[in-house]
Amino acid sequence: MDSEGSQTTVAERQDPLVKPGYTMGTVTDKISSIVLTRGTTKGWMGGFAIAFALFLLLNIAMGYLFFRGVGIWGINIPIAWAFAITNFVWWIGIGHAGTLISAFLLLMHQKWRTSINRFAEAMTIFAVACAGMFPLLHMGRPWLFYYLLPYPNVMWLWPQFRSPLVWDVFAVSTYMTVSILFWYVGLLPDLATLRDKAKKKVSQITYGFLSMGWRGSASHWKRYEVASLLLAGVATPLVVSVHTVVSFDFSIGLTPGWHSTIFPPYFVAGAIYSGFAMVLTLAIPLRKYYGLDGMITIRHLDIMGKVMLATGVIVAYGYIMETFMAFYSGNPFDRYMMMNRMFGPYLYVYWTLIACNIAIPQLLWFRSVRRNPWGLFAVSIVVNVGMWLERFVIIAVSLHREFEPSYWHMYYPTRWDWAVLFGSFGLFFVLFYLFIRFLPMISIVEMRALVHKTGKKEQAA
Amino acid sequence: MAQVFHRSSNLISKLSIVAIVILIGVLTYGLYQVEESAWYSNIGLTRQQPVPFSHRHHVGELGIDCRYCHTSVEKSAFAGLPPTETCMSCHSQIWTNAEMLEPVRASYRDNVSISWLRVNELPQFVYFDHSIHVRMGVGCTTCHGPIASMPLTYRFGTEYMSWCIDCHRQPAKNLRPRSEVFNPYYQQPSAVHPVTYNGVSYTDQLTMGRQLMKDYKVASLQDCDTCHR
Repeated sequence: MDSEGSQTTVAERQDPLVKPGYTMGTVTDKISSIVLTRGTTKGWMGGFAIAFALFLLLNIAMGYLFFRGVGIWGINIPIAWAFAITNFVWWIGIGHAGTLISAFLLLMHQKWRTSINRFAEAMTIFAVACAGMFPLLHMGRPWLFYYLLPYPNVMWLWPQFRSPLVWDVFAVSTYMTVSILFWYVGLLPDLATLRDKAKKKVSQITYGFLSMGWRGSASHWKRYEVASLLLAGVATPLVVSVHTVVSFDFSIGLTPGWHSTIFPPYFVAGAIYSGFAMVLTLAIPLRKYYGLDGMITIRHLDIMGKVMLATGVIVAYGYIMETFMAFYSGNPFDRYMMMNRMFGPYLYVYWTLIACNIAIPQLLWFRSVRRNPWGLFAVSIVVNVGMWLERFVIIAVSLHREFEPSYWHMYYPTRWDWAVLFGSFGLFFVLFYLFIRFLPMISIVEMRALVHKTGKKEQAA
Repeated sequence: MAQVFHRSSNLISKLSIVAIVILIGVLTYGLYQVEESAWYSNIGLTRQQPVPFSHRHHVGELGIDCRYCHTSVEKSAFAGLPPTETCMSCHSQIWTNAEMLEPVRASYRDNVSISWLRVNELPQFVYFDHSIHVRMGVGCTTCHGPIASMPLTYRFGTEYMSWCIDCHRQPAKNLRPRSEVFNPYYQQPSAVHPVTYNGVSYTDQLTMGRQLMKDYKVASLQDCDTCHR
């Protein structure tokens, strides 16, 4: 990573990625102290309690679901896919920002990824965990989910490889595996730092075990660098491929509103859009509560705001093209689908989605909004909501009025639909709270490298 | 600072990586072997029947045709279990006082069916029809095994889906001329035992099987809804 030899610009010096004054030692102390010496605070306990309550709600909802079956949800033919698949697409989309930040931006030598990549990757893994749950819950007999995997069996049953649902299984499981590997490899030197700084025997043993004997020798570092780069190379195509495959679930189908070639790029842009919104939703309270504004600076927020703006514009283009093609194609079913979205029984969902995903995020054109943490936080929440609504509109609203009018129906979520949706937040935040309590939420080793480099430049200047 | 771990943990951790790979491999292979085994699939299973009926005696030694008892095998999905009257058509004349046959006589006297226990049983979500298989040239012994030499009837096949699919993928492997379907001693054509069908003497199963598929219009049905309706 030494190729970033460009001269420090005036703007960079005025608006640095790390607050001046941090040294390699203080960076290490600051990040590791959150895990090792700060202990379990009341604020953490409060947040964790709320998350855990939601997690319990999820468990109850799942238990009842397994007992009674998917009939407890509002789904029925023709709307066989609704909340569960919406949640699946939403969560998996959120994961994409983490991979983009950690892998793609690493290959692009973007220094601003340094302080946000660790928790963004954690967010990816937890989001994919939430996402992966939903297709299984949605099965009539979830305990037979393994039928989707090609494994030797006495039924001689083999997955239908022409089905995008099988592609999904491979896309998501590959994504999960690579994300975990990448995250864990990145964690190794930091776990060793924690092992060395830990005072308690049990922490020493735990972190020591997890750091897999990392001693920081030259050969360790060499392999670490190679492994990181290789994994980044493997993960980068996944940023594009996973959501492309997810979009095939729909675009391969013939339902008006699904059957569209624009879906893959439009889904990928939407995924990164919602992912960055989630990164901001997490980063802004974190930097505030843990006093990390020297490392996750206003400049970081500014850049992420710009990424959101760019992907948001692509998503808006997708909406416009969808509408345009519906009318330009001359296909009465496509045209009706679009009219039904805009003025049908679910019009309020559609227009809320347009407000959340297109109208309100235009505020990000203003520098003052991008550099105002709480303003940005508000926009990120709005985008999160908007992206969820987008998937709902695509999935449920397209299904509720297909070709045959005699087949039309309405979908109303039941309390169990909502319980599973909010319960999945519980799962996500329980994992996230545990992560910030027990693992360094910012990469210590990469921050040290960044501080070292900036320090050298300062001396040279 | 003292070392957290003993020196030996280096070796242990390296070995554990190898051990995990081996363990997963052994477990996968082992589980598959268990599932394949006769112990798990109940091949060779006999059951304690109300009367120890012997196919070896009735089919092998006396030469009674399958259809004498299993009357509906050519007409319906179920081959049919004989009513007590069928037994009594002979046993009202012979072995009339045999101790072993008392449950049969009791059944006849009291008009209560004998509760045979099924040896071959497919799950309810599988649609299986005897008549079409018999008509297409699938012999009784192909699935039920050497019935003429079974003192007590036992299960011959695994009854796994793979067992069905194996034949459905390549019916030519097992078909025989219709005239041979109920022959319990039938052997597949070979150089030693050629089989004559339609005036041609075959020494190779696949050649004859393909001809039979053509003549009987046998399709290799493998859609899910062929059996799971």
